[in-house]
Amino acid sequence: MSVVVGYIPNEYGEAALTEALAEAVRRGTGVVVVNTTKGDSLVDKKYLGDEARSGLEQRLSAAPVDVELRQSVGADPADEILNVAREVGADALVIGIRHRSQVGKMLMGSVAMRLLMEAPCPVVAVKP
Amino acid sequence: MDTLNLLLDGMANALTPENLAFAAIGVLLGTFVGVLPGIGPAMAVALLLPITYGLEPTQSFILFAGIYYGGMYGGSTTSILLNTPGESASVMTAIEGNKMAKKGRAAQALATAAIGSFVAGTIGTLLVAFLTPWLAEIAVEIGAASYFAIMLLSLVLVTAVLGSSKLRGFIGLFIGLTIGLVGLDLSTGQARLTGGILQLADGVDIVVVAVGIFAIGEALWIAAHLRRQPIDVIPVGRPFMSRDDWARSWKPWLRGTALGFPFGALPAGGAETPTFLSYVLERRLSRKKEEFGHGAIEGVAGPEAANNASAAGMFVPLLALGLPVTATAAVLLAAMRTYGIVPGPTLMTDQPELVWTLLASLLIGNTLLLVINLPLAPMWAKLLQIPRPQLYAGILFFASLGAYAVNQSAFDVALLLVFGAVGFAVRRFGIPILPLILGVIIGPLMETKMREALDLSNGDISGLFNEPLAIAIYVLLAIILIAPPVIQRVRGAPLVPRELDEQETRR
Repeated sequence: MSVVVGYIPNEYGEAALTEALAEAVRRGTGVVVVNTTKGDSLVDKKYLGDEARSGLEQRLSAAPVDVELRQSVGADPADEILNVAREVGADALVIGIRHRSQVGKMLMGSVAMRLLMEAPCPVVAVKP
Repeated sequence: MDTLNLLLDGMANALTPENLAFAAIGVLLGTFVGVLPGIGPAMAVALLLPITYGLEPTQSFILFAGIYYGGMYGGSTTSILLNTPGESASVMTAIEGNKMAKKGRAAQALATAAIGSFVAGTIGTLLVAFLTPWLAEIAVEIGAASYFAIMLLSLVLVTAVLGSSKLRGFIGLFIGLTIGLVGLDLSTGQARLTGGILQLADGVDIVVVAVGIFAIGEALWIAAHLRRQPIDVIPVGRPFMSRDDWARSWKPWLRGTALGFPFGALPAGGAETPTFLSYVLERRLSRKKEEFGHGAIEGVAGPEAANNASAAGMFVPLLALGLPVTATAAVLLAAMRTYGIVPGPTLMTDQPELVWTLLASLLIGNTLLLVINLPLAPMWAKLLQIPRPQLYAGILFFASLGAYAVNQSAFDVALLLVFGAVGFAVRRFGIPILPLILGVIIGPLMETKMREALDLSNGDISGLFNEPLAIAIYVLLAIILIAPPVIQRVRGAPLVPRELDEQETRR
């Protein structure tokens, strides 16, 4: 039993991570941090490189709860987060959300939308 | 002085707003394709061949020349920021450039690469302008037998000297030569290798071959290796250099230019050898040897200048002899033929306006590259975030459109897929693409010259050896083929460095 959080290295991911740690303390469980990429572009700023990963791990080692960092390449981000949530039997899922313009809603598929609709557990949506 | 006047005339032609716009589009497009690994200027020019049906020859060559130089420039950006060379000539830049970037000197590495490219490109283009008329004058005297020998030399050099595996090189060459044979025999009109298919009687259009091998082959290859761990990109600001960087860069720029130009101008193919030699030379001459391997600016400045100088040198054999030595030159030659322009020694006298405007636009394109691209470096780095499925969908669209546009026939699109499969196969088996594409283009030219020589001698084989120049070239050829294995045995080390070989297969 744990809190799953979808993490990307920017303000939305940070907000979600902070909230996830607080949520885990409230529930008395651990946190599973999921960082994932489709891996179809040469550079993906949402995916942690080696350096960024060890930096995050160091920061998380100071957290008051157990934290596990999972990274994956290849699957659709929403699918991957849902898989992890089901696998660990998540108590809650924490995600960062942001405002999208009308055009943006038409052009881009929303990971947040799919997670809200399909998650097997309560979803906490945070804004930075 | 004559040359200078002609060049100034060309400059006046190239400086019309319209032509200037084509040069700008060319360099931007070239940088775009150069930055993205796997998509080079050769592919870009091949994809754009059909678009130029509506353009004047001069304008389309200005566009293509811009793409060519832009591609060289873009390749170095990727090398430095990603340690993934955008094209094979940037391998050496990646070694020191990426180390510099990791130490937080990405801006300086990009600046020395860009300014070095500009210096080398400008000197190189001027050398082309002065050497080509002279060489073309001599070349008019060359007979068919010697022409045949020169083409044979350039094919063998490209195939045997570059790359680790001569066998793979020759497999590529023979695939190319075979494709070039398809169609009606020149003098007897017999159908060769057509398999009874009527549409093949006219031969295979070079656009279809080039687009199939470069674009479809690469798209299939990427599709087969789509999901990959993203690479860390190094953030970069606006490139600039300190006084010390300038002091350390200008000599390697000039030395790189001096090394690169002759290699580009000789039919030895490609910028790989001079960039490697320049790197070795700079390391040997440097007073700060310990910095090499840890981000020495000389190791970026030299190879990058050599790269661009050899890119410029390529125009000498192309314009004076009609002989392409790189993949991009091969596609440029195909473009000339679609306009009905006969490449060869007479080009300078038949199409003086085209040639001189082209050379002038090279100078302009080079300057534009520096002015437009230096401030845009951070933006180019962003291109690497484009998801590949979208990118290659666009490439496939243009590829199919281009193949169809050649003759407005669906048969060509089917043929495109066949060559796409060939392109995928040669990537899969590590067969270099350069010999293949040169085989397709030079093969028929070589056959024409051989037939000419043999007709003159009434079919007697001695017709191929009756010129002193031809005999000298055959002797040279024998030395080139025999010397490397001997030297290798004596020295116990391969002449071509490993890094180059690995790149060879990905081109």
